[in-house]
Amino acid sequence: MGKPMPMGKPRLEVHFEDLEKQAHAARLGMWVFLGSEVLFFGALFGLYASYRVAYGELFRQAAGHTDLALGTVNTFILLTSSFTVAMSIHAARQARPRAATALLALTVVLGAAFLALKGVEYASHFREGIYPGGEYRFEELPEGGARVFFTLYYFMTGLHALHVLGGVGVLAWLAGRARREAFGPLYDTPLELGGLYWHFVDIVWLFLWPLFYLLRESPA
Amino acid sequence: MGRGGATTFQMDLANADCILVMGSNFAEAHPVGFRFVMKAREGARRGRRGRPMDSSRATGTAGYHPEPGGRAAGSQPEEPDYLRVETGLRSWLTTTDHKRIGVMFLVGVTASLLLGGVFALLLRLELLTPGRTFVDAMTYNRFFTLHGVIMVWMFMIPSIPTVFGNFLLPLMLGAKDVAFPRLNLASLYIYYIGAAVVVAGMIAGGTDTGWTFYVPYSAQTPAALWPVLTGVFILGVSTIITGINFIVTTHTLRVRGMTWHRMPLFVWSIYATSIIQVLATPVLGMALTLVALDNVFRLGIFEPELGGDPVLYQHLFWFYSHPAVYIMILPAFGVISETVFAFSRKNPITYRAIAYSSLGIAFVGFLTWGHHMFVAGMSAFDVGVFSVLSMLVGIFSAIKVFAWVGTMYRGSILFATPMAYLFAFLFLFGIGGMTGIAVATTSLDVHWHDTYFVVAHFHFIMVGAVITAFLAALHYWFPKMFGRLYPERWGLLAAALVFTGFVLTFAPQFLLGNAGMPRRYADYPQRYQTLHVLSTGGSWLIGLGILVTLVYLLWALRRGPIAGPNPWGSRGFEWNTPSPPPKHNYRETPVITHGPHEYFR
Repeated sequence: MGKPMPMGKPRLEVHFEDLEKQAHAARLGMWVFLGSEVLFFGALFGLYASYRVAYGELFRQAAGHTDLALGTVNTFILLTSSFTVAMSIHAARQARPRAATALLALTVVLGAAFLALKGVEYASHFREGIYPGGEYRFEELPEGGARVFFTLYYFMTGLHALHVLGGVGVLAWLAGRARREAFGPLYDTPLELGGLYWHFVDIVWLFLWPLFYLLRESPA
Repeated sequence: MGRGGATTFQMDLANADCILVMGSNFAEAHPVGFRFVMKAREGARRGRRGRPMDSSRATGTAGYHPEPGGRAAGSQPEEPDYLRVETGLRSWLTTTDHKRIGVMFLVGVTASLLLGGVFALLLRLELLTPGRTFVDAMTYNRFFTLHGVIMVWMFMIPSIPTVFGNFLLPLMLGAKDVAFPRLNLASLYIYYIGAAVVVAGMIAGGTDTGWTFYVPYSAQTPAALWPVLTGVFILGVSTIITGINFIVTTHTLRVRGMTWHRMPLFVWSIYATSIIQVLATPVLGMALTLVALDNVFRLGIFEPELGGDPVLYQHLFWFYSHPAVYIMILPAFGVISETVFAFSRKNPITYRAIAYSSLGIAFVGFLTWGHHMFVAGMSAFDVGVFSVLSMLVGIFSAIKVFAWVGTMYRGSILFATPMAYLFAFLFLFGIGGMTGIAVATTSLDVHWHDTYFVVAHFHFIMVGAVITAFLAALHYWFPKMFGRLYPERWGLLAAALVFTGFVLTFAPQFLLGNAGMPRRYADYPQRYQTLHVLSTGGSWLIGLGILVTLVYLLWALRRGPIAGPNPWGSRGFEWNTPSPPPKHNYRETPVITHGPHEYFR
């Protein structure tokens, strides 16, 4: 939690015994927070599972109308961005602040690209009349089950996109700090926590991708 | 405090010191004491036990030694306590001191208790006579919604963890603060913002759904629901932050020598609570977000005509809200454990059973939510499973109750107000728990579902237990928090009022429910009136008791006799520091050489 001074020196808060415990506390806090986030999304995955059991066939048909190509490209983008953020932590630990900054910036760009593609995808759905909830008017699949599928689709991918947006903001801020050489071999806690969060966002997508894109039946 | 009480306490302190001196003889006869002496000898070998206790700080507590750091305590200038170290509104609003944050939470939850209590009195007043007494049915619906929402989310869930957890957790662990002090302050602000949004939203929007927000009604009610739901969501964020903070604090800020099995039992229960808070609250947040969107945008995720399933909402809601019952009750268990040891002057009869049963309840509590939905359309198999799992909670709870009563046996009971509340707790919790087993029995539940029987059950078990534990905690730690004693006679009188009022309010409701009176109705047939009048009369007694408590505690804040560091002669670690404690809790970092609650009887 300490405000670092330049050259990546951590500051020991008054209530911690040593820096190691302080960093451990920050990491533990992040993990517990991520556990909480898992349950936040977990409620939605629970809903998805329940409705999928109720509406199996309609869900398969509806999934046929999401854009498999865009979804898959986005999966690759997010996986790559997880790699770059991990590399940036590695670079910071090796005292290469410029490389760390560049890799973080690349992660931010990849995150933004993901959001842009997601926007393109939403726009194409809107053109077909696929809106969530009461606004839904997609003529090919008029039934309630398909409506629920797309409501969940918008809600879950939308919530995920909000998390991506938050992550992009955090990583951009970290990139700024990395540029001012805030992180180094002695101090990388915020970078590590930001990276953990980004991996979490990535993993959520790895569950959304099969549920909304892969478990499909191609439209005849 | 009455004269007699004070004398008893001094004698006890003297006894405690004697026993301490004789510690090594005792050790041969008593394995727990033996363990302590062994540990103490180990400590002595490592040179940690060098200095005798400073008499100004002698609190009759062994094994909790300041580390000899070269600075003699006497040569230090008197350090101002946390209340006086800085003054002015700004110093309070920007503080990161867990003790001040605890005090500020105390103000908030007390205000919520009073506000929720006012609505309880109003709705009981409406039920005094059949038909319209003074408000129409719609206003009555708003009253019970306001009562439920305020009491559940603004009082019972945050009460003990945010006030006493914040204040005591670092003190009990020997830490200077919680792990993330700034987040802690943030959670305070988020709580106040959430509370303001909830109250403003309910009054402006006219929420009339009850605190459970069941669909389909909540998706269709003309009342604006989203402001309240937003407020509850914000309160949930505050709860999660507090939970994360407490979990990390317990893991990382235990002082040297504070192993897991030397943690005070209050810490165990706060730890178990925090786990539930962190894991269950997000699910509620999600369920409420979806209901709000259903209500505003017709998202239809729970609306049958749009393909949704209303029963799923109940699943999500109770997946949180049933564990939430344990969020309320587990901290109460912690308070009761601390109180029973301090006021019986006795070691816990079984430390591990009490500690692990908290974790057991936290775990099983996640698997029982279905018992709210026995009549909502569930397969007979599921109903049976949820019924059995719900009864398991009774086993863990009974372990605790027997452990507390067993601890009292042959103890040297000091009958002060916290102890009075403890007896009230055991009685209310016992009745509430046994009727809980009854409603978990599916055949009986079909008869009692949605009647006053259920209302009486959950008021006994969660409200009765939480309020009595909250008041026990408030009286037990009042001297620690503010350095002054409350008037003992008034305390006992108020405890008697609250307890009598409680039984009078809710015992008739068991009979009402069994006779078929459904909950949440503003009207009822004439034949139920006698019981309703008794119940309303009881609510006035509770109100009076709370009011008396408020008045004498406010008086004691300024005028109460100075308490001294340890007025109860308690062995709890938190009593080793002056009352009120200095800003960083302990003048020197303590080292723990034995378990908590060791009274050597």
